[in-house]
Amino acid sequence: MSVSEQELDQFRVEVSAWLRENNPGDPGFLLPESFMEVGTDEQFEYLRDWQRKVYDAGYLGMSWPEEYGGGGKPQVFQDIVSQEMARQRVPFMTNTIGLNWAGPLILQQGTEEDKKKYIKGILNADDIWCQGFSEPDHGSDLGNAQVKAVKDGDDYIINGSKIWTSLGSYAKYMILLARTSNEGPSKYAGLSFFLAPMKTEGIDPQPIKKLTSEYGFCQTFFNDARIPANSIMGREGEGWQVAMATLMFERGNVGGQAGGLSMMDINVNDVLELARRSKRNGKPALEDPLIRDQMVQFLIEAKSNVLMGARTKIPALNTERPTAIAMSGKLRGSELKRRFCQFAMSLQGANGGRFISPEAVDGGKWQRIYFNSFSATIGGGTTQVQYNIMGERVLGLPKS
Amino acid sequence: MNSQISFTEEQSMLLDTAMDFCSKNSPINLVRSRTEEAQSLPSDLWLSIVELGWTGIAVPESHGGLGLSVADLVPVVEAMGRNLMASPLVWSAISANTLQLAGSEAQKSAWLSKIANGAIATMALIEPDGSWQLSEPLCNGTLKENTISLSGTKCFVQDAAFAEIVLVSILLENQPRLVLLERSAIPEHALQREVVIDETRRCYRLTLDGITVTPDQVLPETCFVEIEQTAMLLLSAEIAGGHASTLNLIVEYLKTRKQFDQYIGSYQALKHPTVDVLLGLEATRSHLYHAATVYDTGTPLEKETSLRMLKAVASEGFAFAGDRAIQFHGGFGFTYECDAQLFLRRAIFCQHQFGDETHQRAYLADTLIDN
Repeated sequence: MSVSEQELDQFRVEVSAWLRENNPGDPGFLLPESFMEVGTDEQFEYLRDWQRKVYDAGYLGMSWPEEYGGGGKPQVFQDIVSQEMARQRVPFMTNTIGLNWAGPLILQQGTEEDKKKYIKGILNADDIWCQGFSEPDHGSDLGNAQVKAVKDGDDYIINGSKIWTSLGSYAKYMILLARTSNEGPSKYAGLSFFLAPMKTEGIDPQPIKKLTSEYGFCQTFFNDARIPANSIMGREGEGWQVAMATLMFERGNVGGQAGGLSMMDINVNDVLELARRSKRNGKPALEDPLIRDQMVQFLIEAKSNVLMGARTKIPALNTERPTAIAMSGKLRGSELKRRFCQFAMSLQGANGGRFISPEAVDGGKWQRIYFNSFSATIGGGTTQVQYNIMGERVLGLPKS
Repeated sequence: MNSQISFTEEQSMLLDTAMDFCSKNSPINLVRSRTEEAQSLPSDLWLSIVELGWTGIAVPESHGGLGLSVADLVPVVEAMGRNLMASPLVWSAISANTLQLAGSEAQKSAWLSKIANGAIATMALIEPDGSWQLSEPLCNGTLKENTISLSGTKCFVQDAAFAEIVLVSILLENQPRLVLLERSAIPEHALQREVVIDETRRCYRLTLDGITVTPDQVLPETCFVEIEQTAMLLLSAEIAGGHASTLNLIVEYLKTRKQFDQYIGSYQALKHPTVDVLLGLEATRSHLYHAATVYDTGTPLEKETSLRMLKAVASEGFAFAGDRAIQFHGGFGFTYECDAQLFLRRAIFCQHQFGDETHQRAYLADTLIDN
């Protein structure tokens, strides 16, 4: 189906107006910055209502098939919605794991029955999804997952525990990677993938209190939990392939996501905006030459990251180490964020020492983002592991 | 904000040709032996460069050049930097560009085709106080009866002893101006070789006292902004090349040198900063080709911003790479024999020409923060 430019422009105007009118605005409490940080019922309810409202207006899952609850339109419409959402900085879609990872996976690999059962609930936020991949003893080594799944009649019996389960206490379903066998040619061959119902006896998501003193993640314990055998996705032993397909969606390597934002965008321009209204010792912070220099360093660094992205599109300028830029993306982005949050706190004088409270600058948002920024410098392979990977795989240095 | 990078098939071929030419003609042993010679580059090699057409890249077709932009020299200068090749190319090109922008028709006709054909041209902009404010020269010109008497001292005049013309910035009737000095107008004692940290370069001190010029040798216009911009662009191209080779030097040593029965590259204390050297290089090359793109197509603000960001990132990155190259070579790094010093010396020289990183960031603060 081809769409005219005119039609798209018109659509953009319409979405933009709808978002302006329906933006839920300041809730009177500090909102989380991403779907990984939803820690209170009031935050959750607020965000769930917002997702519902967006879906009801027809602005979510626009490219998903109509028969399962989607909009049946070309992807470009959803892209416009996501762009406008980012521009107007409206809250994110809380059911991210369903919308962007589990949903597209089910549409790609699930049975007709799966699609009918799960898709609509993902879109209207009736059914919240969480992910059970990481385990306490296997942070980055996903293939080594040890949670057991043993077939018993029409059920699998699950034992063990998963960690960093975002939205675990609100979720109805979990995409679960578990070990059905220790035999086979490799550790990967014994893994299977399940769409596990969370409201099951023996499944117990325990919220983890983060360094921010908030909640958002759980450790999920499985104690002889029986889940239906037909909740398996693919066949026994195919779990690793299904998990990799999920990660392709998660990392945005392939399309098919329902759309919307999954986090609040905080970037150096927000720090600049904070700097403009900050005073140090009674004088505008940006009159201090050292503050100015630091601010410019952050602006340059952010620009470097954008330009590196632009250069990856030109093979002739990436002949020597073609993967260097892509492989360092998380490292560069997460470390920049951590450091610009430190800087943001340094702009606040004595108030830099406050925390989430009405007296704090921006309600304590910068202190909280700083703390939460460690989730990206640690998660997905710590910065230090990333340095090893870069050194060994990109520069060819000997293993540490 | 503009974040474009364009790189054409032609530019890509030029980069390949230049990389090939420079690695063949500037191996590290020759780089070393050339530091002892009078000229930075042997004459026959300069002739080969002229034959390749590089001296005509930024000269208009009407004057026998290729009619491209100074930005099209970036791949060539990057390749030279990679092999520590010193040559009069950069300053000849900037001089040609300056004549094109600010010179009279007579000056252009007299010199542009000669420069395209290999005549060496250079510029005398810096003074003993080391200031980077190009449009505020202290050297003076006094006009009396159709003769301008020059006074004051210029320094860091590259390849001046071999140049057929030198474009000199002076204050003439309280206005910053450029004058064209022909080789014949410069007495031998007026040029003195300077000791600079980068031994591949030939820099001269030019004493203007006693030199006179006629008013028709004054360029009718000035273009100090463009001179600074082209210098920042091409110096950064040289830096990017040098940075890449410094990284290779470090990596090679870390892969082959053993201490405590381990390759030293297996130690994270060396491995991780080496990754920082890599990330600095990736940033510099990205800013470089972005600035080269914007140089021809961007708004004045984009041009200014991209070039200052480039010079800041490039200067800091190469200086860090050179510094770590010395350290990671251990005791050998402390010797003159170790090639790391060649790169560190190049890095420090380039860092301090046309604005170091703090200078550039102070300017950027004015445009990025105050606007």
